[in-house]
Amino acid sequence: MEFSSILFYVFGFCFVASSAMLVIARNTLKAAMLLILSFFSVASLWLLLEAEFLAITLILVYVGAVMVLFLFVIKMLNIDQSTIRAKFTTYLPLGIFVSMVVIAQMALVLSAGQFDLETVEEPARHIAGYSNITELASDLYTTYVYPFELAAVLLLIAIISAITLVHRKESRSKRQNISEQVSVQASDRVRLASISSTKTKKPK
Amino acid sequence: MWQGFVDFVYQYVPWFDGGLAVVLIILIKGVALILPLIIMMAYMTYAERKVIGYMQLRIGPNRVGPIGLLQPFADVFKLMFKEIIFPTKANVYLFVLAPILAFVPAIAIWAVIPLGQDFYITNLDISLLYVLAIGSVGIYGIILAGWASNSKYPLLGALRSASLLVSYEIVVGFVAVTVVMAASSVNLNEIVSSQSGGIWNWYWIPLFPMMIVFWISALAETNRAPFDVVEGESEIMGGTHVEYSGMCFALFFMAEYINMIMMAALAVLMFFGGWHSPFEGVPYLQEFFAFVPDIMWLLGKMSFFLFLYLWIRATFPRYRYDQIMRLCWKVFLPLTIAWIMVVALMTQLHLGPWF
Repeated sequence: MEFSSILFYVFGFCFVASSAMLVIARNTLKAAMLLILSFFSVASLWLLLEAEFLAITLILVYVGAVMVLFLFVIKMLNIDQSTIRAKFTTYLPLGIFVSMVVIAQMALVLSAGQFDLETVEEPARHIAGYSNITELASDLYTTYVYPFELAAVLLLIAIISAITLVHRKESRSKRQNISEQVSVQASDRVRLASISSTKTKKPK
Repeated sequence: MWQGFVDFVYQYVPWFDGGLAVVLIILIKGVALILPLIIMMAYMTYAERKVIGYMQLRIGPNRVGPIGLLQPFADVFKLMFKEIIFPTKANVYLFVLAPILAFVPAIAIWAVIPLGQDFYITNLDISLLYVLAIGSVGIYGIILAGWASNSKYPLLGALRSASLLVSYEIVVGFVAVTVVMAASSVNLNEIVSSQSGGIWNWYWIPLFPMMIVFWISALAETNRAPFDVVEGESEIMGGTHVEYSGMCFALFFMAEYINMIMMAALAVLMFFGGWHSPFEGVPYLQEFFAFVPDIMWLLGKMSFFLFLYLWIRATFPRYRYDQIMRLCWKVFLPLTIAWIMVVALMTQLHLGPWF
């Protein structure tokens, strides 16, 4: 067995195991950590497929930013496990039915025969100096520049709408002017008074 | 010498096929890098106590060994033999996982940091992105420590610190974009070699505001004063570290110092010409300093930045939390985005010796 195929099976096992445990896990924070582990395993698998930019981006964006915000929300919420599990048996038949339908659909669509995997050859390995990121950038900024820019504008709209939703009027907010606070000088706050020590009256 | 060693392994250890020999070689390389790193970290703590001591007109540690030189080892042995106390009703798995998750990324980053010409563990094509990606994983140590401790102050510290780290990572990312644009490469080796030839060829001149922004963000990213909201002794009495003791605490401590050394190395690699001598191209000085190995230049520049860490800690009072956030989102982020435009203009005009 080749070394890279050993790595493939190790990371593949990590991915499947962590995904399965993620679904079973009762503690929400543990589930989030298992999701991070599965992200890492997928990133390692992509590294084996010479998609190093995609792998690093997965870690940078999803592990580094998105999952941190997830954990934030999880920590803020006071999740009561008993209320979640209370109606478990009531929803169990419906849940089993939905999951069976999903599995059947995925089996129909994602089975190997649909993609003619037997007829497609293994993609050629690139030489050592091949730069994945240059190829990706030249495609993204020339051929697909309009879809790329549209996606960016869509994200901008999402940001602006989220800010608009939480924006409050001036009258209700207790905002502090931080730039005024930061730029304060000692002369604004402290007044040095020169009081001579000799001329004070003695209390009777 | 290195190639000779690799040939030796292949020749005299025949039962290794290609894979196992590769693993063995990577392991030896890793140990050869991590051991000096740990010693450097240990003496960083000594230097911190000494430098801040003298800045505050004290002497600092001077009892263990000559002028206190064995103090770091005394600290290590003390921490190793201390009991690790688990808080009641704390989640033990996550409680133990947290310091490991803080320490492992701090070490893993060093896999791609080039320390000299052809002196690195791996020459990854996207090493700068790797540094940013793995660096962002270190947040989980703090978040988990705050949650798993089952205590109020760690949770507050973790919340403050996680939002701070996520915010400043955006700024560091944009600063990295300007460097990448200037060097037209994401490979740290190529970023350094594009700065070859004298102190005026380094990127600190065209990217001067970015250098300042990067360094202040580096202070925030490593949770150092004046941005140490994760600990904030006067506010939340130690933050996420409150419930940790013994080696669990030591791992957090080591991760912080190794991250400091990494940030200093990154600043040198991105803005101060990495392992290049500042006298390259100067008639007499170049020959005079030719005997200095290139790693010494890198370490010398790094020590200045590490000293800067201590100097800043001894000088500035702690920032208030909302002021830190304002500095990030309202000052640094617009500045970096504006400077990306400036760098784009400079690269198009092929300005000076840099582009």
